[in-house]
Amino acid sequence: MNRTIVRLAARAILGGKRVWLLAALSLVLVAIGVGTAALGSGSSAASLEALQAIAFSTFLPLFGLIVGTGVIGPEIDDGSIVHLLAKPVSRHTIVQSKLAVAVAAILGFAVLPTMVAAVIMGADAATVLAFGVGALAAGAVYCVLFLLLSVVTRHAVIIGLVYALVWESLVGSVIPGARNVSVQQWALSVTASIAPDGVVTANVGVALAWFLIVAVVAVGTWYAGSRLRVLVLASDD
Amino acid sequence: MSSPDVQGPDAAHSGVIHDIGYRGYTGPRLERRAIAVGLYTHTLRGVFGLGRSAKSKVVPFGMAAVMLLPAIVIAAVSVVGSGQGLTEPVLAYTRFAMTTQASLAIFLAVAAPNAVSLDLRFHTLPLYLSRPLERPDYVRAKLAAVATAVFLLLAVPLLVMYLGAVAAQFDAGEQTVQFLQGLVGAALFSAVLASIALVIASLTGRRGFGIAGIITVLTLTYAVVSAAQGFVAFDAENQALAGWLGLLSPMTLVDGVQVWAFGAEPSSPAGPPPGAAGAVFLAAVVLLVTACYALLVRRYRKVKV
Repeated sequence: MNRTIVRLAARAILGGKRVWLLAALSLVLVAIGVGTAALGSGSSAASLEALQAIAFSTFLPLFGLIVGTGVIGPEIDDGSIVHLLAKPVSRHTIVQSKLAVAVAAILGFAVLPTMVAAVIMGADAATVLAFGVGALAAGAVYCVLFLLLSVVTRHAVIIGLVYALVWESLVGSVIPGARNVSVQQWALSVTASIAPDGVVTANVGVALAWFLIVAVVAVGTWYAGSRLRVLVLASDD
Repeated sequence: MSSPDVQGPDAAHSGVIHDIGYRGYTGPRLERRAIAVGLYTHTLRGVFGLGRSAKSKVVPFGMAAVMLLPAIVIAAVSVVGSGQGLTEPVLAYTRFAMTTQASLAIFLAVAAPNAVSLDLRFHTLPLYLSRPLERPDYVRAKLAAVATAVFLLLAVPLLVMYLGAVAAQFDAGEQTVQFLQGLVGAALFSAVLASIALVIASLTGRRGFGIAGIITVLTLTYAVVSAAQGFVAFDAENQALAGWLGLLSPMTLVDGVQVWAFGAEPSSPAGPPPGAAGAVFLAAVVLLVTACYALLVRRYRKVKV
């Protein structure tokens, strides 16, 4: 970790008006909690299902995409990363520092609002904790994956989108085996293992899910640092 | 060596820095309209990556293929199934856009920033405006180009489905009416989606931010609205409120117009409330497109030359 890099990365994704845009996004989640609670007559399980659908299938992948590519993508895109790479700092440290900022942003703007929404919906403590842990796990994996993608290719956002929108939702629902390689399913499995029975259904074994989450985060972070060591700055279009 | 008597810049033209004696063009020049049309075709080609590198063709044509594939399958099912008592395509024309909306969103997220962000980033707008092209012309040309691209993306698969239905000898009159309804719906979808996407893309010169913004607005609003509709309609059992929620996302908004105008089946958990309420959806579509156009004109009034 390098404090200066952390500060600069935080300014890159949270500076200026951007922090308000992210805050507005996270308010959407809280608004869903308030809206379902206001309607009242629905059961808690049904509103949690709606929250799970929004938070895990759409919100976290999109948020991970925004902050994961946002901490490093624009810098690589406009070439200003050379100033950072020219400093005597290990490339792994650069990646880890930027990743810490991305995960912190996810924690503040996606995980906490999800937990707040669950609390407003009247979920018990175990369920709230489960949603928080699951969301954080998914958020961290998405951050690592999308940061790695933006180091590897300049079309990270597009590839990330195709993964988040097409693979996770379409392929996962058609081919059962594809669920084993879906971040969303890993996170849901973690959530299901903590939450009381019946709140969330999981398709992946919890041990496998934890193993995959930890492995992807660790290997992804290391590989992103290695790729940053051999980064070629070339404009292709 | 220079011959000022042959149409050369006279001495009164003090703006000339260096006259090496070439003869200027004095023939007729194309008008404002022709330039706008030129900008329109250029943008439309650029959106599909025509005349650009192979890399910029991957996403538009990939998404076009992803949209065409289900249409071909549906057409084939129509032809094969007509022998087994199938009387209409398995997917209604009006539901096609909603079904393939993920690829539609990705296409738009790439197309809209492609059309406007680079001009902002590299400050090329002054070059356009040095011609008899006004700022609103630029906005209209870009808007029309992106909307046309989205319309093509939707209309071609619909045509394939229609041809399949004709080949399967379904009721031709009924199929033609439904196909035309589908085309009107596609036109509405393309107008609404293109205006929203361009407004977002025109706010930033960075393509990455534009892409993320467009995707977030298009898919997140739909995910939130459809989940909320499902909850309100089935758990809180408030069908009317669920219908009104459809106003809050662009996809369900246009779908609501289709449900109201053509009696189509809603593709989200709840269509607009019956009766005149559907007209509100149409009014909202018109208002949204007008507002986006006005925002774009305002935005481009501020771009420095």
